[in-house]
Amino acid sequence: MYSTKKLYFILYFLAVGLAILAFSNFQKAHFEAYTQKIPGTQVTFTMTPIQAGEFLMGDNSSSAADETPAHRVNLDAFWIGTHEVTWDAFELFLDKNYELAISEEPLGARVDGLSRPSLPYLDMTFGMGKEGKPAIGMTQYGAIQYCHWLFLKTGIFYRLPTEAEWEYAARAGSSSSYFFGEDQESLEVYAWTAENSKESTQKVGMKKPSPWGIYDIYGNVLEWTYDQYEPDFYKRSSSNNPVNPATKLYPRVVRGGSFASPASEANSTKRFKSSPDWKRIDPQIPKSQWWFPEAPFLGLRLVRPLNPPSPEEINAYYTASPITDY
Amino acid sequence: MKILNSRRDFIKTGALVTGGVLASPFIVPGAYAAPANELKLAVIGCGGRGTGAVFQAMETGHPIKLVAMADAFRDRLDNSHKLILEKYGSDKVAVDEEMKLTGFEGYKAAIAAADVVILATPPGFRPMHFEEAVKQGKQIFMEKPVATDAAGIRRVLKAAEEAKAKKLNVVVGLQRHYQNNYRETIKRIHDGAIGDITGGQVYWNDGGVWVRERKPEQTEMEYQMRNWYYFNWLCGDHITEQHVHNIDVANWVKQGYPVKAEGTGGRQVRTGKENGEIFDHHVVTFTYADGSVIHSECRHFPGAANRVDESFQGTKGKVYMSAGNYGVLTDWKGNELYNHPRENQPNPYQQEHDELWATLMKGEYKFADAENAAKSTMTSIMGRYATYSGKPLTWDEAINGTVDLFPEKLAWDAMPKLVPGPDGYYPHAIPGKTKVI
Repeated sequence: MYSTKKLYFILYFLAVGLAILAFSNFQKAHFEAYTQKIPGTQVTFTMTPIQAGEFLMGDNSSSAADETPAHRVNLDAFWIGTHEVTWDAFELFLDKNYELAISEEPLGARVDGLSRPSLPYLDMTFGMGKEGKPAIGMTQYGAIQYCHWLFLKTGIFYRLPTEAEWEYAARAGSSSSYFFGEDQESLEVYAWTAENSKESTQKVGMKKPSPWGIYDIYGNVLEWTYDQYEPDFYKRSSSNNPVNPATKLYPRVVRGGSFASPASEANSTKRFKSSPDWKRIDPQIPKSQWWFPEAPFLGLRLVRPLNPPSPEEINAYYTASPITDY
Repeated sequence: MKILNSRRDFIKTGALVTGGVLASPFIVPGAYAAPANELKLAVIGCGGRGTGAVFQAMETGHPIKLVAMADAFRDRLDNSHKLILEKYGSDKVAVDEEMKLTGFEGYKAAIAAADVVILATPPGFRPMHFEEAVKQGKQIFMEKPVATDAAGIRRVLKAAEEAKAKKLNVVVGLQRHYQNNYRETIKRIHDGAIGDITGGQVYWNDGGVWVRERKPEQTEMEYQMRNWYYFNWLCGDHITEQHVHNIDVANWVKQGYPVKAEGTGGRQVRTGKENGEIFDHHVVTFTYADGSVIHSECRHFPGAANRVDESFQGTKGKVYMSAGNYGVLTDWKGNELYNHPRENQPNPYQQEHDELWATLMKGEYKFADAENAAKSTMTSIMGRYATYSGKPLTWDEAINGTVDLFPEKLAWDAMPKLVPGPDGYYPHAIPGKTKVI
């Protein structure tokens, strides 16, 4: 009898203990790196947590005026894509029939009803390959609609980084040009640029990551941000979660560096901007709102804010109409 | 007719036309002040490509006035007109209501109203439109491909002869002919840089193109016209509509056309009711008169690897070219003989119009693209005949083919020759069974 009682007692505490342990694990897991499976498929990607914090954005010593003045910025916590988004995931969004063909379950009405990119008439891999390689050549609208599709698939609010979030994540706590200091010679270890890429995108994650665990931030492909490019924005930028919402189609901010960039341009502070020239050879009018046939160096990296905005704000983010381009 | 004739005389002779044209009240700084030499433009086929071609014509900066538009569908025409008017304004765009021509017959009046015509409908209509434009003595920009079956090719070749006799400029949108990497590289090949070309491989492998959904109010004719990519009388299958670009490069490099084709193909991954009758892959070998063989491959497989380019091997070296401005000649020891610069290259879609319109403004005769375009289109059709039948065939057999895909009658309530079965699926070619010529 006694032993049975004792056993129940032990089991009870064990159960309570496990429950507490599970709960604390859940609390911790709440803001840890995680793997996102795209529902109905075998495709996954990983997200890295970036703690809330303050940093000095811009570079007063830069010869580029648009990087000045350096200014204090506070950011809320977010996850950022450990890697750039690859064709493996992007092509599911790009082609509904392909998504249907490899999905293990029905898409559901909302995913089914989403408007997809026009299938590009040109080869948007530019002969550089797909598997494990960054998706490229999409417009900012296309990049945001990819986030929209992911939201409909997962229920999680994925979006583009703001320019400030991108720089904060790239700096990984550093105040130098690179997260590893000022030595451009070391860039080779971390990034694919024109110096070592053999004029092609490379599989993501082949170089060393940043101290915060992010791969290819300075190279492989330039990455979309959400912001309008404005050379003087740092002069008027707010310090709390700053963003410069876009009202014009061009230029918008892209960041990082790419397989086609000189190494001297691939760092934490360099501000690139989108250009209508990237659609120059689109033979159709109106020009595609989805594709840049001359931007093989442009891709995207996802962000997920720790505290998502309201459903209304999420809806507004995804359903903003694109500006006609011709 | 008198005015039209004098205008044609102007283009032929370069003589200045005086009077009769009102100067526009909206003179753009830097534009031609008095457009006495203004050329009237009509566009037949107002989709994205037709509209794009009008933009490229306007971007040449020459005094051009768009005076007529024709499309089977009013909504397509209106969208196009709105975009062109917004961009270029009423001094460049003067399309009266009666010159917005819809349905199947509108092209005749549109062509009659202009000096220069852009033909950019789905390719099945091209032979008919090209014939008419030549008959009316117009200068012509037309899109590739120029037909979808041998019957259409024969009409285009006949009209091409007439265009030459009349000295009508004809530029065809096989824009690799207007792209510097191709021009420079192929010139070197023809000069003997890599010896005689003994073989090659040309590809258009990618994920495929758009689908337009059937709407309940549509007749079968309207549905096929809207979703035209998937019906051979309109499109010719993607081996013709798209891969013609790469096949044309093979003919250009070989300076001739194949004497024989053999191939295989089918519908492997794109098999829906909405995908009409076209195959999703074709693999063909083309044999040329000297016995050399070019391998041609095109497929629409989403998720699979893409490849769109052209490679050839010669007795002294090899070459790689693609639309991404590649043109690389290498000898068999690996030494690079030529590497075309890839940065800051002209836009070939603009270049073809820049060259055409400069010639037209000078009143010269310089371009006769139609014959090669017809023969390169025929090469792609011969490839399709080979994959559809599963049997080898010669050039002569192919070009004399008697199977005519075009509907007996063009009307919204008329039936195309291909109709869906009771289950909604369209019959498609079965190699070993299907008759193609």
